[in-house]
Amino acid sequence: MAALDQTQVKEGVDQETVDAVREVGGAYKYGWETDIEMEYAPKGVNPDIVRLISEKNEEPEWMTEWRLQAFERWEKMDEPDWAMVSYPEIDFQDQYYYARPKSMEVKPKSLDEVDPKLLATYEKLGIPLKEQMILAGVEGAGDTPEEGRKVAVDAVFDSVSVGTTFQKELKEAGVIFCSISEAIREHPELVKKYLGSVVPVSDNFYATLNSAVFSDGSFVYVPPGVRCPMELSTYFRINAENTGQFERTLIIADKGSYVSYLEGCTAPQRDTAQLHAAVVEIIVEEDAEVKYSTVQNWYPGDENGKGGIYNFVTKRADCRGDRAKVMWTQVETGSAVTWKYPSCILRGDESQGEFYSIAIANNMQQADTGTKMVHLGKNTKSRIVSKGISAGKAQNTYRGLVSMHPKAKNSRNYTQCDSLLIGDKCGAHTVPYIEVKNNSSRVEHEATTSKVDDDQLFYCRQRGMDEEEAVALVVNGFCKDVLQALPMEFAMEAQQLVAISLEGSVG
Amino acid sequence: MALPEAKQTATEARLAALTLPEGGCLAAARHAALSRVQTMGLPGRRDEYWKYTRPDTLVQADVPEAAVFETGEPPMFNDFDRLKVVFVDGVFDAEASDDLSLEGITIERLADAEKKDIHWAKDLYGVLEARGQTPVQRPLAALNSAFATDGVVIHVTGKPSKPINLIYRHADTGSDAILHHVIRVDAGAEATILENGPAAARFNKCMEIDVADTGSLHLVRAQGRDHERRAATHLFARLGKESVFKSFTLTVNGVLTRNEAVIELTGDDAVAHIAGACVGDGDFHHDDTVFITHDALNCESRQVFKKVLRNGATGVFQGKILVKEGAQKTDGYQISQSLLLDDDSQFLAKPELEIYADDVACSHGSTSGAIDEEGLFYLRSRGVPKAEAIDLMTLAFLAEAVEEIEDGDVADAIIARLQGWLARRH
Repeated sequence: MAALDQTQVKEGVDQETVDAVREVGGAYKYGWETDIEMEYAPKGVNPDIVRLISEKNEEPEWMTEWRLQAFERWEKMDEPDWAMVSYPEIDFQDQYYYARPKSMEVKPKSLDEVDPKLLATYEKLGIPLKEQMILAGVEGAGDTPEEGRKVAVDAVFDSVSVGTTFQKELKEAGVIFCSISEAIREHPELVKKYLGSVVPVSDNFYATLNSAVFSDGSFVYVPPGVRCPMELSTYFRINAENTGQFERTLIIADKGSYVSYLEGCTAPQRDTAQLHAAVVEIIVEEDAEVKYSTVQNWYPGDENGKGGIYNFVTKRADCRGDRAKVMWTQVETGSAVTWKYPSCILRGDESQGEFYSIAIANNMQQADTGTKMVHLGKNTKSRIVSKGISAGKAQNTYRGLVSMHPKAKNSRNYTQCDSLLIGDKCGAHTVPYIEVKNNSSRVEHEATTSKVDDDQLFYCRQRGMDEEEAVALVVNGFCKDVLQALPMEFAMEAQQLVAISLEGSVG
Repeated sequence: MALPEAKQTATEARLAALTLPEGGCLAAARHAALSRVQTMGLPGRRDEYWKYTRPDTLVQADVPEAAVFETGEPPMFNDFDRLKVVFVDGVFDAEASDDLSLEGITIERLADAEKKDIHWAKDLYGVLEARGQTPVQRPLAALNSAFATDGVVIHVTGKPSKPINLIYRHADTGSDAILHHVIRVDAGAEATILENGPAAARFNKCMEIDVADTGSLHLVRAQGRDHERRAATHLFARLGKESVFKSFTLTVNGVLTRNEAVIELTGDDAVAHIAGACVGDGDFHHDDTVFITHDALNCESRQVFKKVLRNGATGVFQGKILVKEGAQKTDGYQISQSLLLDDDSQFLAKPELEIYADDVACSHGSTSGAIDEEGLFYLRSRGVPKAEAIDLMTLAFLAEAVEEIEDGDVADAIIARLQGWLARRH
C-alpha cells in the first residue's frame, strides 16, 4: 500500500515489525488457514457436549453443574431479533462446539513444547509467541523505555489456549494471567466468586449459550495496588471449519490496581459463516482502572456477503468500587454481522466509564454496536464517542443506552455519535436510549450523519493525493478521537485498518 | 402469527365494547382498519414502541374517570377571529359551532360525508393511517379509523380568511371520545387549524392530512386544561412537492398524553416542522413520538421538542428520521431537551436516525438537566428575584419550540399560557 510505503520508519526499528504492519495492507490478509490435525467434539450442542467440554478442560464438578444449568436456560430462550441485522437462521446443531489441535491433547508445559505449526501461525499473524520485546518504534513511541515495551500474550486457537507468555514475570508482580481453563483449576475461589457476577448466566441468548459451552479464554487478576508491569493481550484465531468459537474472558482489577488489556482476532476466509459468541466480564474495584482495547478483524465475508464471522458478543464492566474507572476502545472492521455492546455499570461513587468506538462496515457487512452506561453511583461520569463508517452495501447501527438512576446524583454523560456514509447504497443508523431519573445529572447526546466532505476531498486531491488516499485521510481525521484513545501499537494497526476496509469503496 | 395471549384478550375486550358504524362510503375502510387492529393487537406494556409509556389505560375497555376541570380562565384562542367547530365529549355540537361555510375551504361533518356514495375523503380515510403502520405499528390509530364516531373532513381549496378552530370540550366524567379528521390541502392552497381543549375523559384522535404540491398547512394545538384526562393522538401527513406542513403542540397537564406524528415527505423540496412544548407538574406523563420519512430530494424536516417537568412528572420523546435510499440532499434536524425542575421528575428519550442516502445532513441532539446555576446567579446578581429568574430561564428554554409558530399572535397566546402556568407555581 502506497501510504504505508511512505511511512517514515524510525531508525532501529525491527524489520519484523515493519513487515508485520505491511502484512496488514491490502485485502483481508488473514484469510489463510493452518493445516493442522484437529480433534472435534461431535457436531451440535446438548448436555453431553457440555459435559464433554467440561471434561476436556478437567473442570471440577461445580463448574460442570454451572454449565449445565446455563444450557438448560438457553434451551428455553429465543434468539434476539431487535438488532438491525439480518442473516440466515443459524442452525445451532450444525456446528462444532469444540475443536482443538491434536498436538494440544497433552498440555504443553512451556511454550517450547508447543507445536511449531501453531507457533508459526501466530508468527504469521504478527503475534510472535516468543518472550521477546515487541518493538514499538513507531511514531509516538517517545515514552517507550529503551528496552522496548512488553506485551504478554494469551493465544487462543479455536477452542483452546495455546500458550501464555511472560507468565513468570507477571507472577512476580502478583498478577495472574492465564487461560480461563487453567484459572478454573488453579484459582477456583476467584473464578467462583466472580464468574457470571457481571454477565449473569441468563443475561441474553448468546451469553447463556457461551456460559454453557465456552471452551477457553483468558483470566486476569491484578492484586490490590499493583500496576500491571506490561500490557496483556489475547489473540483469538478461528481456524477449523464449521466451528463456533466461544471464549470467556474474566478480568478482575482489585483495589487501586491498573491493567491495560488488548484483544485481537482473525479467521480464515471461507464460504460458510461461522459463529463467534464471546463473553467478557470485568470487575473494577475501588480506585482501580482497566483499559480494554479491541481490534476486531474477523473475516468479513466476500463482497457478496458470502461467508464471514457472526460476531455476537457480550462485554460488560462493573465498576464496583468508588473511583473505579473503565475504558473500552474498539475498532470494529471485520465480521459479517456484529452484535456487540461493551457496557459499563457505574456502581461506585465517582466511578467513570468511557467508550470509544470506530465501526467500519463495507460491502455486505452489518454492524449493530454501541454501549450501555448505567449510572448508579453519585458523581459518576461517562463519555461515549462512536464513529460509524458505512460503505458499499453495508449497514452500520449505533445502539446505546445512557441511564441515570435516581440515586446517581450529579452525574454526567456526554455522547457523540457520528456516521459517515461512503456511497449511496449503504445505511447508517443511530438508536440511542436516554433515561434520566434525577435532575442534578446532565446528559448530552449529539449525533450527525454526513458524507465525506467534498471540500476536504478537493483540498487533499489538489495537494496531489489520489482519491482513495484522500478518503482514507479524511476518514482518519474523522476517527481521530477514537484512535487517540488506543494503546500505541493498536493505534498504528487501527489506522491501517481504517484505510484498508474502505478500499474499493470510492466511486 | 398468533398474538400473545394477554394481548389477544385485551384486544378482544376492547373491541367487544365498541360498535362498528355500518354503511356509507367508508364502510370498507372501517372494516379494513378493524382487521388491522385484530392482526396487530392493541399495544401492551411489553411492546418496544411503548417502552416508556404504559398503554393500559388507553387500551382497557372501561374508561378511567376524569373530573371536569374548571380553570376559571377563558379558553385558548378565545379572542381570535376564527371559525369555531365544537365537539363536546367527542360529539359535534352544531349550536355551539359557527356556520361551517367559509370561502376557500369546505368543512363537513364526517358522518355527513360518510353518507354520500362518492366522496373525496374515501381516498384518504384510513389510507394514510394504514401507510403509517409500517415499519412501526400504531394499533390505536387503526382502532380509531375503524370506530371513529365523529370528526370533520376539511378540503382546503384556497386561502380562507381565518383559521379553523377545533374546540374539544369535556363535560362527562366518563366520556370516551374517538374522533377522526381528514384534511386535504389543494395545490397552492393554505390554511391554519387551531385545536384546543381536553375533549373527554379519554380521547383517541386521529388526523390524516394530505398536502398537495405547493400546498401549505399550519396546525397549532393546545392540549390541557384538564388534569385527569388521557389522550392518544395520531397525526398522519403526506407532503407533496414544495409543500409545507408546520405543527406545534402545547401540552399542559393531563395524566397521560401520547402524541404520535407520522410524516412522509414524498415530493421534492417539501418542508415539515414538528414542534412541541410541554409543561408537566405532578401526576403527568407526556409522550411525543415522531416518525419522519424522507422519500424525495432536497426536503427539510425539523423536530423541536422541549419539556419542563416537576414534582415527579415524566416526559418521553421518541423521534425518528428515516431517510430512504435516493432521498439525497435531505436536511434533517431533531432536538429534544428536558428541563427537570426537581429531582423526582424524569426524561426518557430515544432519538433515532435511520439513513440510507449518502448526500445528507442529519443531526440530532438530546439533553437533560436542571436549571443552569450560573445563569440563575447572573440574573439574581442583577436583582431579579429567584422565582422570576427561574421563570425567565424556563421560558427561554421553551422559546426554541414556541418560535416554530409562524403567527406571532398565536405564539404570544401560547407564551401567555406558559407564563400563567409558571406563575401559579410560585
